[in-house]
Amino acid sequence: MRYIAKRLGLFLVTLWAALTVNFLLPRVMPGNEAEAVYASMRNAPPSVLRALEVEFGVNVKQNVVLTYFQYLGNCFTGQFGLTVDRVPVMTKIMTSLPWTLGLVGVATIISFGLGTLLGVVAAWRRGGKLDSVLPPLLFIVTAFPVFFLGLLLLLIFAVTLGWFPTNGNYSLGSTPSLSPAFIGDVLSHAFLPALTLVLTLAGTWVYTMRNNMVTTLAEDYVRMARAKGLAPWRIMLDYSARNAILPNLTGFAMQMGFVLGGAILVEYTFSYPGVGYLFFTATDTHDLPLMEALFLLFTLAVLICVLAADFATAVLDPRTRET
Amino acid sequence: MAAPAMEANLSAAPATQEGFGRASFQRFSAAILRNRKATAGLLLLLFLAFVAAFPQVFTRVDPNAAIYPQAVGPSGAHWLGTTQVGQDVYAQLIWGTRLTLIITVVAGGGATLLSVLFGVAAAYFGGMVDRVLSVFIDIFLIIPTLPLLIILAAYLTGAGTVAIIAALIVTGWAFSARQLRSQGLSLRTRDFLEAARVRGERSMYVIFAEILPTMTSLLVANFMGLATYMVATAAGLQFLGLGNTSEVTWGTMLYYAQNNDAIQGGSNPWWALAPGFAVVLMGVAFALLNYAFDEIGNPALRAVRRPRARRAA
Amino acid sequence: MPGALLEVRDLSVDYITDAGNVRAVDQVDLDLQPGEFLGVVGESGCGKSTMVFAIAQLLFPPAEIAGGSVTFKGQDMVRLGDTELRHIRWRDYSVVMQSAMNALNPMKSIEAQFRDTMRAHGDMGTEEIRERSAEVLRIVGIDPVHLRSYPHQLSGGMRQRAMIAMALLFTPELVMMDEPTSALDVVAQRSLMSQVKQLQERLGFAVIFVTHDMSVVARYSDRLLVMYAGQVAEVGPTRAMFESPPLHPYSRGLLDAFPSIHGPRRELIGIPGSPPDLGRPPSGCRFQPRCPVAMPPCSSVPPRLYPVRRSQVRCLLYDEAITEAAPERQAAVKP
Repeated sequence: MRYIAKRLGLFLVTLWAALTVNFLLPRVMPGNEAEAVYASMRNAPPSVLRALEVEFGVNVKQNVVLTYFQYLGNCFTGQFGLTVDRVPVMTKIMTSLPWTLGLVGVATIISFGLGTLLGVVAAWRRGGKLDSVLPPLLFIVTAFPVFFLGLLLLLIFAVTLGWFPTNGNYSLGSTPSLSPAFIGDVLSHAFLPALTLVLTLAGTWVYTMRNNMVTTLAEDYVRMARAKGLAPWRIMLDYSARNAILPNLTGFAMQMGFVLGGAILVEYTFSYPGVGYLFFTATDTHDLPLMEALFLLFTLAVLICVLAADFATAVLDPRTRET
Repeated sequence: MAAPAMEANLSAAPATQEGFGRASFQRFSAAILRNRKATAGLLLLLFLAFVAAFPQVFTRVDPNAAIYPQAVGPSGAHWLGTTQVGQDVYAQLIWGTRLTLIITVVAGGGATLLSVLFGVAAAYFGGMVDRVLSVFIDIFLIIPTLPLLIILAAYLTGAGTVAIIAALIVTGWAFSARQLRSQGLSLRTRDFLEAARVRGERSMYVIFAEILPTMTSLLVANFMGLATYMVATAAGLQFLGLGNTSEVTWGTMLYYAQNNDAIQGGSNPWWALAPGFAVVLMGVAFALLNYAFDEIGNPALRAVRRPRARRAA
Repeated sequence: MPGALLEVRDLSVDYITDAGNVRAVDQVDLDLQPGEFLGVVGESGCGKSTMVFAIAQLLFPPAEIAGGSVTFKGQDMVRLGDTELRHIRWRDYSVVMQSAMNALNPMKSIEAQFRDTMRAHGDMGTEEIRERSAEVLRIVGIDPVHLRSYPHQLSGGMRQRAMIAMALLFTPELVMMDEPTSALDVVAQRSLMSQVKQLQERLGFAVIFVTHDMSVVARYSDRLLVMYAGQVAEVGPTRAMFESPPLHPYSRGLLDAFPSIHGPRRELIGIPGSPPDLGRPPSGCRFQPRCPVAMPPCSSVPPRLYPVRRSQVRCLLYDEAITEAAPERQAAVKP
């Protein structure tokens, strides 16, 4: 239980750090951010500029510490202010979020499963066919920046072959519904972005998993298992794979940040309107309230994954049970 | 110190005692040359460095001159076609090599330095220092890199390439630091370090003269890994328009190409394909070297032939 | 030799490295009778563990059997396929490794690891499995309640004994032990050793016991095999080696390095120098650079194993052709 407490502690500290970074950044960066945001807004009354100045602490003789705690309080109650087009930040986020969750969620699960499986099998049969073909193939794939891979897939399958649409999450003019036609439309729009993500993520994971397996396979208890005459598949699963994955679960979770980065790029490349695309347009329009809220969201997402991985490790790894 | 006699311990050691003194430098270079990945990567990298240093050898055309026919595909006059405003894509590709390589190497080097600083210090000093540094490293690991990078770059628009490199370094060092810390921890208890400590050597000596040489292959592998990451990440950042768009790099080429729908059919697709593949090439070079040094540092990872079993089928 | 449980002939093991192959075990011959306790002694790195793993067919790359045969109960194990090997593994012979902490899967309970083994070799029912697990634990003196424990929850000595218990699950005819006592303190060592000996006498299995500590095997072994630099330096009945001074200068050096509580006080003499680099072994006798009684031929003529009474020695001192040519060397040879 001390383990969980420690991890929870880390969770809180990181959350606090992210919130603080978010708070400090506009205040320490060069330039007058309030003006920048105001300039991006259209037809906003001067009172908004003053409100922004307060929010960003510009030209205001306010107690920074007080503002800080106000800010923290606002964050916890979900009040992130308005975007440059005067829409509540939360509303915009909530519209885009489901699309990203679908895309990224599915892609991550597939990548993780595929990556782990391939990595385990490749390591198990060292020097076999899979192990000699996979690494070179993989690292060509992982040397591709995720957005370029997306562009290539787009060029080949959408532009040249015309099998998939080139952008968006569903065809213009359709009305969202649960009809098969609409769902099919959604899936066909999501396919290429998802494929891009899967190829990139699975590539990295296969490599990590394979190396972990290789190290585990060199352990004495694997040799012992072989000495005992256990069936090969049992040694592979029960004595190696499990031991290779489990301690690295948290490490895998920490890579969620990388996944999110990939999601931003992929959504941008395919103009897929999820939170990644939203984040990018926020950057483009200097929509600081939206940017900051999304940044917090991303950090929180990674933190939750890490915490979940920690829990899973605590439950599944007997070594963490005792002090 | 006598060369360690063959140990009957068949488990792989995470870091061997390679990297000691001059004899080991020879062994080191021999190991590099023997490793096919390393040789290939090195050759590729040298080629790219050559292009970066002497672009005039490869093209006489001014990459910024917008005087050619607009948005045409590859032809005899323009091997990779032209951009939307009539610049020669091939010329841009060649001249863009320099800045791209510089950004990659400097950002990669800076991040490696930071990761060595934090990772090795955490491993060496242990105790409270380790705990504080570990939390620090973990925070940077958890905070998602690209979003943070985007935010930093957005706040710093107009501040130029140096700022971009700084942002890349700040967001990229943490993973390597964590690796170095765990490798450092496994070295901490090794006998030769104990011997140095017992001799009364100061911490700085132990770190520089004993620990770091042993970790040489791992350090180089880390740098290569970071460089691979930097190539793609810098390109991604510039692709989004957050780099210094007035400079010619492969990333900015991609930005302009995307803005003009090069791939989607609005313009010459090679405008995007060429810099993209170039990025892949540079990434592959560094990745080859990364994997090569990984193998040199951790013998268990080396490619093994299936032993010719003298067994019945 | 008829009736031998284990016959190893000409066994060689190579480590394949980028810099060329290193021969860790060089043409070793070994015989073992049923119920015999053979001690294998030598410095770290002499190849004794490698040899034992090679016999048990447990080598991992880059180690490879480069030649020779291992005949166990009439079958050449080197030629057996994986499936056939799996059948005899653990039922006919088992292995106890050096560090139980590393050899036991940290993520499985003792019970689960025993169960895996038993399930792999037959259809024992759950009840039967549990009874047998409890029984072997009791044999080694561990309370069966520890079946539920995980390896890290047991003490070092208990872990080691649990490994021995696991090795006895099918009462095999041969148990190979690789330095099972090295990780223990002296008291635990002795207690474990005497327990092993008792078990051996009770259940009748043969033992190959690898150690770097000669004193540990001196008391319990029937025969001793001394290894040096991948070769057999001396092999023979234990009594012979301790009643009169050992024949090989290396064995003598090993023995001199261990004090005896009972005997008269004498100066402890270590063996100067260090073992040779097996990548480039010295020409002639491998021990020659460190040997206190080396003769000129020793640096060029590699000695064979020469029979001397009931033992065999790899030393030119016992090569009649050479010693006859230099009678003054006879003084170095103690009868």
